[in-house]
Amino acid sequence: MFLMKNEKIDPRQNYQTSREAVGYVPRAKATQEDYDRVGFKSGIEVHQQLKTRKKLFCNCPAGRYNRKGEYDAEIIRHMRPTLSELGEYDGTALMEFKTRKQIVYQIRNETACTYDIDDTPPFPLNRKALEIALELSLLCRLNIVGEVHIIRKQYLDGSIPTGFQRTAILGVEGVIQLKNKTVRIIQLSLEEDSCREVSDVGHVRVYQTDRLGIPLIETVTYPDFSHPDEVQEGAQYIRFLNRSTGKVLVGIGAGREDVNVSCRGGDRVEIKGVSHNRWIPELTHNEVFRQWSLLRIRDLLKKTVQDPRGWRISSKSLDAEEYGLIQPEVAKARESGYGCSALRLPGFRGMLSHFTQPGQMFADELSGRLKVIACIDKPNMIHSEELDPVLPPEFWDRIRNELQADEEDALVLLWGPEEDISTALETVEERCQLAFEGVPRESRKSFSDGTTVFERVLPGPNRMYPDTDSVPISLDYDAIEEIRSRLPLDVHEMYARMTEWGIPEDTYPYILRNNLFPLLTRIIEELEVDPVFAGTLFGHTLKHVEGRHPRSPDFRYEVIYDLMEHLKKEGIEPALAREMIEERYQHPQIDIESSLAAIKFKKVAEAEILEKIPVLCTIAEESGISEDSGARTRWMMGQLRPSARGNISLPELHRHVKEYNSQARAHSNREGAGQ
Amino acid sequence: MSDDIFQGYKGQALKVLQDLHARVWGLVRMDTTRGLFEGTILPRSESDDDQHIVLKIATGYNIGIKVNTIRSITELGYQKAHYQIPEKEFPYSDDKPNVKLFGTGGTIASRLDYRTGAVIPAFSPGELYGAVPELADICNLTTDKLFAVFSENMGPEQYKTLAVAIAKEIRKGIDGVIIGHGTDTLHHTAAALTYMLDDLPVPVVLVGSQRSSDRPSSDAALNLMHAAYAAGHSDIAEVMVSMFGPTSDDYGFLHRGTRVRKMHSSYRSAFRTIGDIPLAKVVQDGVEMLKHPYNPRRRDRKVTALPYFEEKVTLVYYYPNMMPDVIDCLVDNGYKGIVIAGTGLGHVNKPLYPAIKRAVEKGVAIYMTVQTLWGYVHMYVYETGRDMLDLGVIPLQNMLPEVAYIKLGWALGQTNDLGKVNEIMLTPVNDDITEREPYNGYLIYQGGVPEVEEFIKKFRK
Repeated sequence: MFLMKNEKIDPRQNYQTSREAVGYVPRAKATQEDYDRVGFKSGIEVHQQLKTRKKLFCNCPAGRYNRKGEYDAEIIRHMRPTLSELGEYDGTALMEFKTRKQIVYQIRNETACTYDIDDTPPFPLNRKALEIALELSLLCRLNIVGEVHIIRKQYLDGSIPTGFQRTAILGVEGVIQLKNKTVRIIQLSLEEDSCREVSDVGHVRVYQTDRLGIPLIETVTYPDFSHPDEVQEGAQYIRFLNRSTGKVLVGIGAGREDVNVSCRGGDRVEIKGVSHNRWIPELTHNEVFRQWSLLRIRDLLKKTVQDPRGWRISSKSLDAEEYGLIQPEVAKARESGYGCSALRLPGFRGMLSHFTQPGQMFADELSGRLKVIACIDKPNMIHSEELDPVLPPEFWDRIRNELQADEEDALVLLWGPEEDISTALETVEERCQLAFEGVPRESRKSFSDGTTVFERVLPGPNRMYPDTDSVPISLDYDAIEEIRSRLPLDVHEMYARMTEWGIPEDTYPYILRNNLFPLLTRIIEELEVDPVFAGTLFGHTLKHVEGRHPRSPDFRYEVIYDLMEHLKKEGIEPALAREMIEERYQHPQIDIESSLAAIKFKKVAEAEILEKIPVLCTIAEESGISEDSGARTRWMMGQLRPSARGNISLPELHRHVKEYNSQARAHSNREGAGQ
Repeated sequence: MSDDIFQGYKGQALKVLQDLHARVWGLVRMDTTRGLFEGTILPRSESDDDQHIVLKIATGYNIGIKVNTIRSITELGYQKAHYQIPEKEFPYSDDKPNVKLFGTGGTIASRLDYRTGAVIPAFSPGELYGAVPELADICNLTTDKLFAVFSENMGPEQYKTLAVAIAKEIRKGIDGVIIGHGTDTLHHTAAALTYMLDDLPVPVVLVGSQRSSDRPSSDAALNLMHAAYAAGHSDIAEVMVSMFGPTSDDYGFLHRGTRVRKMHSSYRSAFRTIGDIPLAKVVQDGVEMLKHPYNPRRRDRKVTALPYFEEKVTLVYYYPNMMPDVIDCLVDNGYKGIVIAGTGLGHVNKPLYPAIKRAVEKGVAIYMTVQTLWGYVHMYVYETGRDMLDLGVIPLQNMLPEVAYIKLGWALGQTNDLGKVNEIMLTPVNDDITEREPYNGYLIYQGGVPEVEEFIKKFRK
């Protein structure tokens, strides 16, 4: 494992061995022991948009979206960090300022006003939103504050034109009850949603302002989760709880999670904006091993670098033509106005190709920061430990020679607009210096494959200050009790109720996700439908239909209630509903009788059906269909089913047929015996 | 002092703090009927009620606790906030112009105290350098805080003090002057200084901000840079207002002090030149002239201060059915000058005539301007106008109402001779009255029209 001073490294082998040394296991094979070994710890911040007519601090419509590129005007802003009381800029603040981003807001008149672009002070807080948020706070069993203080939370990435988000705490210290665990809630806040990013290229970041200002709540848990699947369960639970009020927005982006992860000895890393809960396990799994890898890198560096504090890069700017950089991967380096630099990272041999995430290595940490901090779009660098070398060994030998580097050092070649090169060099140096400390506190953007990329440095706690444009809002006892009196059931109580009813568990996620529990309860209690049938009608049949057919814009879940009610009134078997869902889902506006006709249902009196039994029995007998192994009953059922469908429950009919057959058999046996 | 440890608390909240031995800056645990709360007790805003105690909780948020829910308070620690603004010496370089910044009380730059939420103004060159380091690339800056008043409290005394101080600074050889000012009455002060500083050899630039400097999106820093550039480098030796051109962080306008007006209560681009085009566009490192001619910068540093102002002057905004006793009251109370902002071309209704007649007879100077802001007073078009002229009301052409008010105060401050006052009022100073209104002087476009929408989309607001 230990290389001699002048020994070259085999990156591919190094990547493999470092992965093994870290003890990375694919998630499918990982056990609780694996997570305990690395000290997996995670907490979540669940964001949920509320269903209100207007935005939180202005009278623009909430929840209306514009298509990308659909705008009436553009406004340019730059975010300037403000100094904290210690006269220092917050870490994020400084980084954002370094990036010198030009922020462009694309405004559509129908969805944004002068408040949204920070040209008008806020209007009074939306009371409807406050009420919904309070309801959710009570559901999380939080201690409700006496007075709501609207504060400003600074964001310098431009995602909010003011440079801060107006947000307020409604309650602290609550709990939710998962299947096998109680999870503590730190707080719940009501805040305005941010802009949607359109693009981020070089020094220009473009946002659209339709989502900006939609009322949003953020539920923050303690880092009580110790397994990736548990994190997902917690996120699902809070999502179901939010939806159980029926007062939140659903659809893509209406609920989003930030997931905090750390390993033992690591630090809090926030994976931002996870829009699908099913991504959570893979993301948290990979993140904990990324941190574990960074700690190993730290330990290795400590052995090779004597003086971490004095560690510096050295660099040399190159003429891309002169050095023959003609490969397509480095083509950008030759663009006009571009600079190109070679860097020596002393003592970093084996670090650049060190495993960090599946398919990624430490060098990707550098490249990610170059994109965000130095604003150099990828590809922005290559290095001496590429798994598939782009440049010939002679190139690296020459650079090694010119930078007076030996085999213990790693080399990086980076390029970008001339004016960004100095920031780029600083960025690489800074990230490498952080490697001596282990895990940098940062927020990371998630990808569907479960990997993440650097997004920004995590802000410190000193970025909140009161909103001088708003007054505190008193929350009085009566108002809170009034909301408490009409709370929906807790999600875990809904679980318990459904289990009691014997409804299969695989239907719960669908039922809760779509907040169908109240409707389900009404169908079971008011219409006296069998609970198992009703539960699976939603959780199996409707789910199946939804996945295969376009939903009519007129379809509401109440359509199912109406259907069941009609069937009951007409004395039609509820079981028929299963066949009708597809029709009602696509054409809810058509009257139910026509739907019945469409599935070729004909009303036949029960007696009329039962009358056919003796006749059929006789035919069967004459045709030699014996009842010995139930064949006759099966045949008779087959004959009766078309007319029985919906008119008599099939189990009941089956019982009649079987009974008749066994009586007939006994009768014939007796007769036979008497002969 | 006992007040200190209960900062801002009064009534019931104060009593609870006293009874339960709690104090501001104490880290406490409160047991309440709504559960446990932990945090640091913050001072309370004087204007808020006496029913709540404010806590800053561990996550940095503030919350209020109802005093009637509190069972007990346990102090777990104590940490009083004290802050200092670190100063960095403002760098001096020989090749940069020397600029003086006078402060009047508006916050140009500031720092935040995250514990209290207080905005701490940054004003000394060192503090400003810490907040807006780019200033050092533009000029050598020195500062002097003259007053600490809100914009709406700026008045004649302050105008006079400012004029004298500016003249003194100019004579000492400064290359340009900036005045930091709240925005509400920025244009009044701009007009006053225009009249009170005669024959300026260097630029005098008033600047403010529409979004306070404690916000990341503030316009303050950029406005300040624009003002510093205009004061130190521009060739325009006039009293000007430098504020955002569009609402975007793009360029600023230099508006003539006599033609500028705040036209929106909150927009960044609130200041507009009325009835003409702005003097120039300004960016961090350049000025692009729009208006010619202008008063150019001189090498000498001669300037005359004319710090005069009669306070018994008023501005009356006419409305239908205005009663004559409004005018009578003014006369009875010793007002010497009245500027009327009349309707349309400069009109008031007939019932007011006798009162105006009485006022003129008592030696009150009455001038007419238009509340339409754009356009000229024209009293010959309608009979009412001609009647008014007969009564002795003097039309002020296209002088803005606020400018006319300031000018009349300044004129009456110099003389009681109404003939001389009239001469002063009608002699244009720095385009307070222009001979002509250019076709592009009045531009208020209306949205919804396809070509306007296209313009907005293309050129950003």
